[in-house]
This record gives sequence, structure tokens and C-alpha cells, in this order.
Amino acid sequence: MNRILSALVAGLVFGIGIAVSGMANPAKVLNFFDPLGTWDPSLAFVMGGALMTTFIGYRVIFARRQAPLFDAKFHLPTARTIDARLIGGSALFGLGWGISGFCPGGAIPALGFAPWPTALFLIAMGAGILLARWLQALPRRQTA
Amino acid sequence: MVTEFTPFASFVGGVLIGLGAVILMALNGRIAGMTAMLGGVLEPQSPDSPWRLAFLAGAIAAPLIATLIGAEFAFAAPTTGVLLAIGGVIVGVGVTYGSGCTSGHGVCGLARLSPRSLVATLTFMATTFLTVTLMRHVFGD
Repeated sequence: MNRILSALVAGLVFGIGIAVSGMANPAKVLNFFDPLGTWDPSLAFVMGGALMTTFIGYRVIFARRQAPLFDAKFHLPTARTIDARLIGGSALFGLGWGISGFCPGGAIPALGFAPWPTALFLIAMGAGILLARWLQALPRRQTA
Repeated sequence: MVTEFTPFASFVGGVLIGLGAVILMALNGRIAGMTAMLGGVLEPQSPDSPWRLAFLAGAIAAPLIATLIGAEFAFAAPTTGVLLAIGGVIVGVGVTYGSGCTSGHGVCGLARLSPRSLVATLTFMATTFLTVTLMRHVFGD
């Protein structure tokens, strides 16, 4: 129960941050990537504020504690390989982000104050996630 | 479409995003990546599903409650429904193969100085820039 409540609190803070920052506004996000046109550099301040806080916060946590408050250990990603899957997937994500103006972290909070057309994007994104998981589950072709 | 330059609100919003990530790490020991959170919806039988759903619920509820008590957030989707749907499918495939998005790689991963997240973030920032530039200035009007 503690873990669920703490995730809810973290989600509330994260979600209000996304809304206040402008990350949930596709027009603003797209303008960050348009220095040749209607440029809006605000997103650099979002990334700056978020990275600074997380960088310092993580260091304080890891220096002072062996484990989080409500779990036996920290669950940190263990993957180290930089491969075609990581780069190709990230490249595709950027293509979709550039077409739509939505990233997953922006779209979820946007659902709370602009349900349409955010829901359309999220349904399509869910379909894309399921499609990719299905493709990943296919048996690998044998290579001679 | 011109949008207002909001350095102060964007910085404060960014600090709050980071604070959400720090809270989740301090209390639950988890990375605040939205791609992983969506697994809470898609794998309801997973033991991680309940807390992931709670995070998603909080992320949706906070702006909803804020607007109910009078806050206003600028919003415009300057594109067509067809492009939103196509973009959505591509984002879904991309974040699944790339194992993360702006929150997981771009904030939490970079804060941990993960080389994987640095490569992922530089890659998607570059292709987003290329896509917007091509759509607006090469193939656009």
C-alpha cells in the first residue's frame, strides 16, 4: 500500500510539472525543434530544471541510503549494450515525436486537461507498443 | 504557430518533473520512465502493475485537479488526426525498441550518467529535429 501511495504522490508531482512546463503542449514542443521557424527555446529550461533536480536528488539518495524507504533495494536498469535496437528505436521515437508533438511523458498528463485529441494519440501509441512487443516475441530467423 | 517563451514556468515545471522522479527513487527505488509506466496498463497481471497504474493516475489527475480549481495550461495540437495517429504508432514502436523515452532516458538515465541513455537521447533529439525541419521547411508550405 505504501508503494502505491508513494507512486501516486510521485505521479501527481511529475504530472503537474509536465503541465506547468509546457511539455504536454504539442505546439510548444514542436517549436523547440524549429529554430529555423517559430522557435520557442522553453524546453531547454524544462530539461535543465528536471536534470539538475534529478542529478542532485539521485546522488543524495544513493549516498545516504542502501535501499529505498518502501522496498528492499533500488531497481536500476542493468542493460549496458548500445546496439541497433536502442538506436533504431530511439530514432523512430524521434520521428513519431516530430510528427505528433507528443512524447509518452507529455501525453499522459495532457489527458487530464486536453482529453481530445490526446486520447487519439495515446490509443495509437498503445497499438504501436503492442505491435512492437508482438514483433519482439516472434521467433528469431535462423542465420546460417 | 507561435508559442510564448516561458523560461520561468518551464524551469519550475522541470524541477517538479525531477522532484517526482526523485520521490519515486527515494521511496520505491524506481526509475520514473513513462514508457515503463505504460506497462502497468498493458501487463495488468504483473506485480509492478498496481504502483505503475498509481503513478499514471497521479500524472493524469494533477493537471485535471489544477484546471478544476482554476489553473489554465496552454494546449494546441497543430496537426491532423491522421498524423497524430501515425505519429502515435511510431512513438509506441520506437519507445518499445528503444527501451524508453524523454522521461526514462532523457531525465532519469542522463541523471545516472548512463551511456545508453545518452545515445538514446541524442538520437531521438536529432531525429525529432530532422522530422520537424523536413515537415515544416522542406515538404511543408
